[in-house]
Amino acid sequence: MGGDLNLRRREFLAACGLTAGGMLLPGFTGQVVDAEDLRTTMDVALKKRLANVALNAATKAGASYCDVRVGRYLRQFIITRETHVENVINTESIGAGVRVIADGAWGFAATNDLSEDNIARVARQAVAIAKANSHNQTAPVQLAPVKSAGEVSWRTPIKKNAFDVPIKDKAEMLLQVNAAALGAGATFVNSTLFAINEQKYFASTDGSYIDQDVFRLWAPMNVTVVDKAAGKFRQRQGLSAPVGMGFEYLDGLPSDKITLPSGTVVYGKSYDMKEDAIVAAKQARAKLTAPSFKPGKYDLVLDPTNLYLTIHESVGHATELDRVIGYEADFAGTSFATLDKLNNHFKYGSEHVNLVADKVQPGSLGAVAYDDEGVKTKRWDIVRDGILVDLQAIRDQAHILGKTESDGCCYADSWSSVQFQRMANISLEPGKAKMTAADMIADVENGVYIVGDGSYSIDQQRYNGQFGGQLFFEIKNGKITQQVEDVAYQIRTPEFWNSCVGVCDESDYRLGGTFFDGKGQPPQISSVSHGSSTARFNGANIINTARSLG
Amino acid sequence: MTIFTEDQARSIVSKVITLSKADECTATLTGSITGNARFALNNLTTAGIVENTSLEVEVAFGKKLGTATVNAFDDAALERTVRRAEELAHLAPENPEYLPVDKQTYVVTETFSSPTAAITPDYRAQVAADSIAACKAAKLTAAGFLEDAQGFEAFANSRGASGFQRSTVLDYSCTARTADGHGSGWVARNLQDSTSFNAGAEVRTAMRKAAASTDTKALEPGKYTVILEPAAVAGMLGPMINLFDARQADEGRSFLSKKGGGTKIGDQVFSPEVTLFSDPAYPNAAVLPWDDDYLPRSHLSLVENGKVMNLAYSPYWAQKMGKAAAARPGNLIMQGGDKSTADMVRDTERGILVTRLWYIRMVDPQTVLLTGLTRDGTFYIENGELKYPIKNFRFNESPVIMLNNVEELGRPVRLVSEGGGGGRRGGFFNGGSPLGQGVTVAPALKVRDFTFSSLSDAI
Repeated sequence: MGGDLNLRRREFLAACGLTAGGMLLPGFTGQVVDAEDLRTTMDVALKKRLANVALNAATKAGASYCDVRVGRYLRQFIITRETHVENVINTESIGAGVRVIADGAWGFAATNDLSEDNIARVARQAVAIAKANSHNQTAPVQLAPVKSAGEVSWRTPIKKNAFDVPIKDKAEMLLQVNAAALGAGATFVNSTLFAINEQKYFASTDGSYIDQDVFRLWAPMNVTVVDKAAGKFRQRQGLSAPVGMGFEYLDGLPSDKITLPSGTVVYGKSYDMKEDAIVAAKQARAKLTAPSFKPGKYDLVLDPTNLYLTIHESVGHATELDRVIGYEADFAGTSFATLDKLNNHFKYGSEHVNLVADKVQPGSLGAVAYDDEGVKTKRWDIVRDGILVDLQAIRDQAHILGKTESDGCCYADSWSSVQFQRMANISLEPGKAKMTAADMIADVENGVYIVGDGSYSIDQQRYNGQFGGQLFFEIKNGKITQQVEDVAYQIRTPEFWNSCVGVCDESDYRLGGTFFDGKGQPPQISSVSHGSSTARFNGANIINTARSLG
Repeated sequence: MTIFTEDQARSIVSKVITLSKADECTATLTGSITGNARFALNNLTTAGIVENTSLEVEVAFGKKLGTATVNAFDDAALERTVRRAEELAHLAPENPEYLPVDKQTYVVTETFSSPTAAITPDYRAQVAADSIAACKAAKLTAAGFLEDAQGFEAFANSRGASGFQRSTVLDYSCTARTADGHGSGWVARNLQDSTSFNAGAEVRTAMRKAAASTDTKALEPGKYTVILEPAAVAGMLGPMINLFDARQADEGRSFLSKKGGGTKIGDQVFSPEVTLFSDPAYPNAAVLPWDDDYLPRSHLSLVENGKVMNLAYSPYWAQKMGKAAAARPGNLIMQGGDKSTADMVRDTERGILVTRLWYIRMVDPQTVLLTGLTRDGTFYIENGELKYPIKNFRFNESPVIMLNNVEELGRPVRLVSEGGGGGRRGGFFNGGSPLGQGVTVAPALKVRDFTFSSLSDAI
C-alpha cells in the first residue's frame, strides 16, 4: 500500500455506515483529480508504443514470456449523511506493470513513470527479479497456451457513463434519498455513490493487444433508527447491488422491481434508491420492536440479496485453485474442496444445485472480454447436478487440473499489483420448474425467510459459515406471520448445499455482489457478482444473536 | 527520490503554503519504500518493492474544501497543484463539519529504526529461506509473508502547524502445515526495529503448534474458560475500540450510549482488571504524535480499572458538545501482568488455549456481538498442561462481556491493530506506520465463560 492514499478511510467507512459491518476495505490508491479528467481516456497508439517498448526490452533481456498492463484507474466517491455532502473524491492512478518469465520463474515490476526509457528499465528489472527468483524455484512455470487476440477493444455496455453526470446532480440525488428516509422516520441516514472506471491495456509476447474500458457502480445506503429512551438502535441497509453497469442502474424502472411475499420490494437491473430509503426507514423502525426469534432447526428460504454472499464464501472461494493447492495458506486459507474431491465426483450439493462460473454475464461485476493475462473469458460449470466438476484456474495453474487452457479469471486491482487468480462470478442457476418465492413459502411449515445481507464469517477451509441478514420473517404453515429479529444461520458447506430442496425459476433471478473482495498478501481487492433465484434449504441451524450487556 | 530529508520535505510543504490564496491551506508530503517477500508450498512465490511519494494539498474557502495531489515537486508542479485544489474547492459543496487546526506542539515519539530502513531484497529472501528451511527439515510446509517499510510524513498548514517524522515497520507471519494437512500452526511478529527479529527462531512457534495439533478431538460447543493469546485478544478488541467514538455514543447508536441519552463516560462497563489507553510515545509501540487532522496526540485514558474514561471527540463534535477535542489515538495499549502464556496454562485447571481468531465480524453492533473462529493451534488444557489439540470452534461473543469475565492477564506484546490498514490515513487507530497500520499492545487473557457455538472441520 503506497503513501498516496487520498481517502480518509475511517471517515469514509463511518460516513457510509459500514464500520459496523467490518467490511474489508484495503486502501484506494490514486491521485486526486478534477471530475472532468474522469471522462477522458488515454490514446491507444501511445499505450501500444509503451507496451512494445516493454515487450522488446524484456525479450532482449532474456524473458521467454512478457506481458504488460498499462492501466488508468479512475474512481469517484460521493459521500453524504442526512442533509449534507460529507465528501466528494475523484482519484486517478496511472502506470504500467510488467510481468515476465525468465529462467522458468516469474518476475514483476511496476512504475508510474511512463517514459519509454523508464518502461524499458522496469522491464529489465522484472527480468532480473525473475532470474533471481529462479534460483529457489523447484519447478519451472508452466503456462497454458493462449491464442493471440490481435488488436481488439471492449467496453462495458453501459448506457450512461456515471462520470458524465454532473457531481451536483449526483449529490442532489443522494440528498433526496436521505430526505426521503428522514421523512419516513429514519434518525440517521448515510448514502454514497461509488463509480469506477478501469481503462486497461494489455499486451503480451503472444501477440495480443487488448484495450478494455470497464465500468462499475455502487450506491450503498444505511438507515439507522434510535430509540433513546429504550437505549436501542437498529439499522437497515439498502437492498441494491454493486453492478457492472452505468448510471442507468439508478433509473428505478418499475419493470425491474419485484415485490416479495414479505411486502419488501427488491430490484433487478434498475434500482429505485429513494423508494428503498423510505421502506428501509419503516423496516428499521419495525426492527426496534420485532420479537426475538427462537433458535432451533428451521427451513430457510433465502432471497438472492442474501444468498449471493453465502455462494461467494462457500463456493466462490472454496473453488479457487490457488487456495486449494496451498498458495493462500498463510492468510485467506486453503479449501475443503480438494483435488481429491474433484477427482472423486464429490457431492457438493443436492440435484437442484448447479453452480456456474462466469466472466461474461452482462451487468455483472466480473464481466470483461479478456482477463488480465489476455485470455478470452467464458462461462463454465463448477457444480453440475450437485457434483463438483471443476475449479477456477489461470494460465500457470491449468496444467494442475490437466487442462489445456486457462479459465480466464486472472485479475490485478492495479497496474502496480501482480495479477493472480481471482474469483469469477459464481452463480446458482435458477430452477427449471416454474416457481415464485410465494410458491416456495406456501410449502414451508416452519421456517424463516431472509432478505438482504448481514454479517458473514467462514473458516479458512470454507466449511463452517455463519450469515445474518437485513430482514427476517417467520414462516408458519406456508404463511409469513411476522418480522423477527436476532437471526443468524450457521452452515457446514456440503450439508448446506445438500439440504437445498428447490430453487425458484428464472423470473426471480437477480445478481448480488461485492465491491471489496480481499485476497493475497499484500491484499488486493476485486469486485464479483453472484446470481441466484430464491432457494430453500431444509433443517438449517438458526441461532439467536441477542445478548444482554447487563 | 522517495525518501526526503527533513529539510527538503519541510521546504516543499512550506513553499506550498505560501503559494495558496485560500483561507486555509494544508500541505502533506509523504513517501515510503515498501518491500515484501511471499512464500508458499516451501517456495518463494513473489517478491517486490513499491516506491511512492506524494504531495497532498488541501485548501478551504470558508467551509468549501478542495484537495489535489501530485508526485512531482518542482515549483511549477507545486503551483499547478495548489491552483487545482483551489478550483476544486470553489466547485465543492460546503462541509459544515470542517474546522481548521491551529498551531500545535507535538511530543517526540520514536517511530524510526535505521536497521529496519536498511532491509534489502537479500534480507527478505533470507527470511523466506530460513522459514522454509526450518519447516522443510521438519517435514512441514511453510507459507508466509514478510513486509517491511520505511516512510516519512511532513506537513504544514497556513495557521503555523507543522511537523516531520520518519517511521519504520516490519511485519512477518508464517503458517506451518503438516504434510497430511491435519496440523497447522501460526506465528506473527510486528516490530518497529528489526534488530531482534530472527525468522528461523520465530518460525519454531508455528512449527511446534503444527506438529502438536494433528489428531484433534472434538469438544462440545459451549461456554469454556479460555486463554486467548495476544493475537486473539487484539482481534476481539479492535471492533469494540472502533466504537469508542463520542458522536456515535451521543447519537444513541453505540454500546456506549446511555439509556435515555448521553454516554457511558464514568460508568463501570468492564471488570476492574481492565485498563485501556493510548500513548503515542509508548515504548516499542510509538506512533506519530499527530492524528489525521493534525491534532496533537498525548496519553489518553479510555478505560481505567473497568471504568470508561474518555471517548474520541472529533474537532467538530467537540465544538458542538462543548468538549475538548482530543486527537484520534494511534495505538491501543491494554495493561497486562507479568505471566507468560505458559505460566497461565500452568495455573489453569481446565480450559482452552486459543492461538488466534479468524474472520471476526460484527453480528450485532448494539451489543458488539462478534463471531469468528479459532485457527492454527487450539488446545485443551487440563491440570496445568496442554492435554490434546482440539477441533476449531466458531465463537459468538461480545468483547464487552469478555472483558467482564477476565480472570488473569499475561505479559503484553506488540501486534498489528485489527481493523486498521488501508494506507496513511487508515483505520480508527492509525499510527502513521508506512504500512498504514495501527499498533496494539495486548496481553494474553484468561477469560471464563467464553461462548463457542459450533465446531469447524477446518485445519
